[in-house]
Formats: sequence, structure tokens, C-alpha cells
Amino acid sequence: MRKFLIAFLVLSLILLSSVGFSAKTIRVGIVYDVGGRGDKSFNDAAYNGLQRAIKVLRVEGKDLEPGPGGANREELLRTLAEQNYDLVIGVGFLFTDAITAVAKDFPKVKFAIVDGVIEGLPNVSSLVFNEHEGSFLVGVIAGLMTKSNIIGFVGGMDIPLIHKFEVGYKAGALYVNPKVKVLINYIGVTGDAFKDPVKGKELALAQYKQGADIIYHASGASGEGVFEAAKETKKYAIGVDSPQSWIMPDRIITSMLKRVDVAVYETIKDVKEGKFKPGIRIFGAANGGVDYEKTKLIPLGVISKVEQIKKDIISGKIVVPYDDKTFEEFKAKYLK
Amino acid sequence: MLETIFAWETLTSAIRMATPLAYASLGGVFSERSGVVNIALEGIMLFGAFFAAVGTYFFKNPLIGVLFSIIAGTIIAFIHAVVSIKFKVNQIVSGTALNMLAAGGTTFLSRLIFKAAGSSPHIEGFTPIDIPIISKIPGIGLIFSDLSPLIILMLVIVFMSQYILYKTAFGLRLRAVGENPQAADTLGVNVYKYRYIGVLISGILGGIGGAFLSLEHARVFVENMTGGRGFIALAAMIFGNWKPIGSLGACLLFGLAEALRMRLEGVGIPTQFIQMIPYILTMLVLAGAVGKSTPPSADGVPYEKEEI
Repeated sequence: MRKFLIAFLVLSLILLSSVGFSAKTIRVGIVYDVGGRGDKSFNDAAYNGLQRAIKVLRVEGKDLEPGPGGANREELLRTLAEQNYDLVIGVGFLFTDAITAVAKDFPKVKFAIVDGVIEGLPNVSSLVFNEHEGSFLVGVIAGLMTKSNIIGFVGGMDIPLIHKFEVGYKAGALYVNPKVKVLINYIGVTGDAFKDPVKGKELALAQYKQGADIIYHASGASGEGVFEAAKETKKYAIGVDSPQSWIMPDRIITSMLKRVDVAVYETIKDVKEGKFKPGIRIFGAANGGVDYEKTKLIPLGVISKVEQIKKDIISGKIVVPYDDKTFEEFKAKYLK
Repeated sequence: MLETIFAWETLTSAIRMATPLAYASLGGVFSERSGVVNIALEGIMLFGAFFAAVGTYFFKNPLIGVLFSIIAGTIIAFIHAVVSIKFKVNQIVSGTALNMLAAGGTTFLSRLIFKAAGSSPHIEGFTPIDIPIISKIPGIGLIFSDLSPLIILMLVIVFMSQYILYKTAFGLRLRAVGENPQAADTLGVNVYKYRYIGVLISGILGGIGGAFLSLEHARVFVENMTGGRGFIALAAMIFGNWKPIGSLGACLLFGLAEALRMRLEGVGIPTQFIQMIPYILTMLVLAGAVGKSTPPSADGVPYEKEEI
């Protein structure tokens, strides 16, 4: 009898605890990219997504920054996974190797990578963006608003991901203004290229000197230098990732919005609702994953034109190129 | 295309990019001439850049920003001096540790002070000045107009340093403790005192170099924005044969290579090659293939006073 009673107690305890388990709050950990919080761009967007999830979905959130150079990102992911976080998010393509390794060791923890593609793991979701579509939209704005018919692009690190921005931007500008000339520069070939406002400024000054009157930057914190150059030369700039026009409202005409916040929030929501799916998830113009920032510097006529083009991209009438090969196809199809 | 490369703007851009390097490499000259290797310059610059932004942001005065950067640079240099002169720790190890401290420390403080690790708010630097008369000459005048006061200060300090190091008793003693501390000591020169002075001067100059980056050039502080410029400055110092004017020349060459590569993109020449030229030259100089570069003989060797 006594044995039975103990068994009953133990059983009810297990049952009770499992009830408690299912009602527990979801815990989400985020590890930022180099540049960290306060880049007024990419990482801040991820932070905003997490904050929204904490407020709306009532999840528990923790965010970590990698050390200088980002060498300890795998350790940080591992720390979060060891503490049984439900979802661990790595912000940036540089996390590809680290997440692949950690996700294999912790099959019960769900992982998401922003901007990177990891396939074949059942617990990893890859959140990728059609940056070329958003860049196409700001390219249209630049192409319509340039007075000198020369516009510029300053990229951060010279990698395929940033080339997507460049190609989309070029294509957008040429689509509405075949006479436009696009000057293209990259800051460097290492991760430091996203944190070098000095070189960003010098490149922008050189482009403005060559006649460019609008420069689009896709260079993280280095873009601060591009804005500074725009201010000094009284020309214009286009921001990236987050709405950046507040930094210099009279010089920044628009920003390409990459809604990392939306991607982070949606992924957390999926985990909470038990709908988490591994594999690639694309955020593009069609689902609001990329967009452009509306400011008072853009004439209304230009806005209506951009809105029309956005509809054409969503409907598939315009296929936006993302690398050199598709750019050639784009030229053959849309530009005579 | 050619006109954008051979424009006066290329030179002004080169000078702007050479200035922080010139401050730091001059700092390196003072430190190494006194016999202390100072690879902490990278960290000193980073602290300088950060505190220039802090001082300017809170006091709305770039002069206070520069003062802050000098104080910060001096403190870091002082730590390096105590550790490597008094405790005779390996100078490379001490420098590396300080560089790590700077990378983490500035990010930490940035988060504390600006509530964001990545970058500071926008800061206003000095009002640029035109040098009278020369700045009115068409073409070349461009180099002398719209100058940051820190660029002019840098030129003044470089030529002053050349004079101090080679024409004064102070300079002779400073060089003596770096060449042969035993002999200098025998003649009554306080080796430790001169080494402290050399390292502290490098802290002051490295700090101003960092201040130029954040305050005058980018007008914002970004985490780790020095991006190895402290090491490049040391390469320039070696290329310049541990001499103030030589280092300045090397820094200008490095700046020019960078300015050229920025304007050559898209021409067809891989721009990385142009960027590599100064460093290849530095290696050749070090190997003795082009010119000759001789470090101070007691550079990096802690001095042990002999007990009688």
C-alpha cells in the first residue's frame, strides 16, 4: 500500500511538472554580428525584433555580443544551447560554420541564422532576404532623383552578399533611367570593412568628386562616413538595413529596409506556436521582408512610381537580378 | 578616369589618411628610439579615438576631446612603460595585452556611455582652416585649404621632433638610452627616466592620432575603428628608418596608395595590388634589399642597472 502511495505521488509529480513544462515561457537567445548593438543598422534591427517578441509574445530574451573580431561566436552559441534555450539566433552570415557545428551537438535546441544558408539540419532555419529587390527600389529612387545622372554605391566587404545589393541597385536605377552611370567601390575584403567610417567617407568623397550626387551604402557602421561625406559636400545618401534618415534628415533621402526585425519576430512566433520549420525562409518584397523608407525628401511622383514598380516585382513582372549573370539577363530583357 | 586619379583631391585624400598614421608612427619613433618597442600604439589610438568622441560629445568642444584623448593615451602608455621598464616584462606581450584591453574596453565603455556598443552619436570636430595666400593658388591651393588644424599640428610636430631628436641634448640622451643604455648610464644619464619620457610621448601622439580618426575624419566613433592603423604606423616607422621625417614620408606613401586604390577600382587593375605595394616595400626595406633600415640597438631590451 505504501509503495503504491509513493508510486502515485511520484507519478503525479511527474505529471504536474510536465504540465508546468508546457506552460513555461519560451527562451530566446540572440548572438549579434561583429559591430554589435548600436550599429544603427543590422544588429539593432534584430534587437528590435527580439524586443517586440518579448513585449507581444511574452518570451524571455537574452542577447549577447561577440568579442572583438567575433572569434568567440561559437562559444556564445554553445553557452545558450547548453542552458536549454528554445531558440538560438545568430545574426549574420559569419555564423554559418558556428551554427552548423553547434546545431549538430544540440539537436533539441532550435537555431536560426539571419543572412546565411544552412541546409540539411532538422533544427536550423535559415532566414534570407531578397536584398536585391529592396535595393532595386532605392535604385529606382536614385535613378529618378539624380540630376547629374551619376550615382554611387559603397559596399562594405567584397562578398557575394553585398554584390546582391549592388546589382539590384544598379538594375533599379537603369530600369528607370538608362542614361545613369553607377560608380561602385568596396571598402575592403575583411569584416573590418563594416566598421571603417574613415574609408567609407573617403570613398564617398571620391565618388561625389566624380560627379555622383546620390550614394547608396551597404557597409554597416562604415556608412556613417558616407553620410558625413554627403553632409560635407551637400549631396545625398541612401541608408541601409534600418530606417537611417533620422541620422541626417536633410541628406539621407531613403533607406533600403531589410526587415531583420520582422524575420526575428516571425521566427520566435513560430517557435512559440510550435510551427517552427527548418530550411530556407525567404523574406522579400512580397512578404514585407524588404522595403524602402519613405521620407519627405522623395517627391510624391517618385513614390507613386516606386510603388508601381514594387507591385511589378511582387507580381513577377520584373525579375530583379542578384549577380553578374542575372544582371546580363536583366539587361537583355528590360533595357535596350 | 585619369583625371580623377591625377586630381589634387587624390593628394588631399592621401594626406587625410596619412595623418593619424603619422601621429602614431612618430609616437613609435620616440618610444623605440628610447629603447621600448610599443605595439600598444594600436590600442592607444583606439582609446584616443574613443575618448576624443566622449570629450567632444559631453563638452561640445573638440579641444576638450583632444585633451581627453591625450590623457587616455598617456595612461595606457604609462601602463606599458611601468610594465616593460620597471617590471621588465616582454614588451610585445605587454603591448598585445593592452591592445586587447583597448578593443574590449572601448566597446564596454561605449555601451556604458553612449548606450550602444557599435558607434557613438555624431560629433562636431574643429572648423577647417585655409592657409592664407597659398590656399588661393588654383590647383595646388586645394591641398592648403579646408585643412584640419590637427593636420597642421602634425606637420609642426614632425619637424620639431626631427630637430629635438637630432639637435638637442635631450634628443641625444633619448637616443643614447635606446642605442647603448650601459654607456649612457655610465655618463650619468638616467636611463629609466628617458625611457619613461619616450613611451609617454608615444602615448600622447598615439592618442592625438586616434582623436583625428574619430573627431576630424569620420566624426563618429565606431567600435574598433582603428582597424590595424597602429600596426601600419609601426610599419611606416620602420620604413622611415625610425626617423620623424622619414616616417612622415612613409605614412604619406601609405596614404597615397590607399587613395589611389580607391580611385582605381573598376579600371581593371586588381586594386589589392596597389594596396600591397607599401607593405611589400616595407618588407624589402626590412630585408635590406631597398635602402637600409637600422633599429636602435637596444630596442626592445629591458635595461638592468648593474649593482656595484
